[in-house]
Amino acid sequence: MALEKPYADIPGTTIFDLDQARKGYHLNQFCMSLMKPENRQRFKADEAVYLQAWPMTPEQRLGVLARDYNRLISLGGNIFFLSKIFSTDGKSVQQAVATMTGMTQEQYAHMMSNGGRSPTAN
Amino acid sequence: MARITAGVATSHVPAIGAAIDNQKTDTDYWRPLFAGYEASKSWMAAHTPDVIILVYNDHASAFSLDIVPTFAIGCADHYAPADEGWGPRPVPIVEGHPELAAHVAQSVIEQDFDLTIVNRMDVDHGLTVPLSLLFGQPKAWPAKVIPLAVNVVLYPPPSGRRCFELGKAIRRAVESFDEDLSVQIWGTGGMSHQLQGPRAGLINSPWDNAFLDRLIEDPEGLSRVPHVEYLREAGSEAIELVMWLIMRGALQDRVAVRHRFYHVPASNTAVGHLVLESAP
Repeated sequence: MALEKPYADIPGTTIFDLDQARKGYHLNQFCMSLMKPENRQRFKADEAVYLQAWPMTPEQRLGVLARDYNRLISLGGNIFFLSKIFSTDGKSVQQAVATMTGMTQEQYAHMMSNGGRSPTAN
Repeated sequence: MARITAGVATSHVPAIGAAIDNQKTDTDYWRPLFAGYEASKSWMAAHTPDVIILVYNDHASAFSLDIVPTFAIGCADHYAPADEGWGPRPVPIVEGHPELAAHVAQSVIEQDFDLTIVNRMDVDHGLTVPLSLLFGQPKAWPAKVIPLAVNVVLYPPPSGRRCFELGKAIRRAVESFDEDLSVQIWGTGGMSHQLQGPRAGLINSPWDNAFLDRLIEDPEGLSRVPHVEYLREAGSEAIELVMWLIMRGALQDRVAVRHRFYHVPASNTAVGHLVLESAP
């Protein structure tokens, strides 16, 4: 019998549950490798070659190369693992998170400074 | 005997650590946030404990997806700041308290909470940002720390109920330690925030403030709130708030509020902060 997932219908939200983690295992473990400075250097030198060493799906590799964080999350990525990619890029959490919202960096920062996204849109 | 003298709740947003490390605390953006911690820093200077049991979550730093412990207690004598992708934070090594940690672990496991024992790990912003907020930038942290890492990254985290009960078990464990130690328990993370997807940036101030009210007055009732309410009302990463219930469970039923602060935003996140003492 399938487990009940009462969080599945929350708009604009993917909960990183065990099914997602199963799909994203190698993607997320690749992200972990970027915690070592020597790996960050190798990744920056040739991203595609570096990614080949990880048994990810082609879609996951393309998502990394494109820094398409919404896609990576749908493919089993988790934001705290993905943060190793944007930290390697020298980007802040806010800069990376803004790219998932369809807003510009400035629009997103402005929304946050004005109290954030309203919960009434839930 | 050892005793739990106070509880602290605070968010642990990494950007707060970056602001401290890069001397940006006095900018227009950050000044209101750090002003909200001034009273607590003064209080803490006068009430520095011997040991802090610091409840936090690891953000894919010490624990990859290879091993995901639900509750993990640090029994080491020290912990280094983690390299989270931009080099370790320039903060002191965190000194542990292996004797009390071992005592708490044994006692709590014998009370049916199956903790994972960790003898070596690095600690990330989840643990070091709260220390920076309450102690500033000392050469050495003024208290020893027992890290208690809770999985809130891979769903499902432990229930609020389980966290609250674990707090009670920790209190019993601390009070059965023979050495005369002053112990604080800190619960960190939250408040409302969502760091992923088109709904990223969600903030729910009324929900957060009701959470603060209930954590003080009605933690028993609050501990029964299901995970889906946190996720739906306060954002996917707001589930970190279950960790505050461990802190609250370790305090007496009635508490005195020494400080309360709420601020939006720090980067993507609503910041909440409480200093609680057992009521006289």
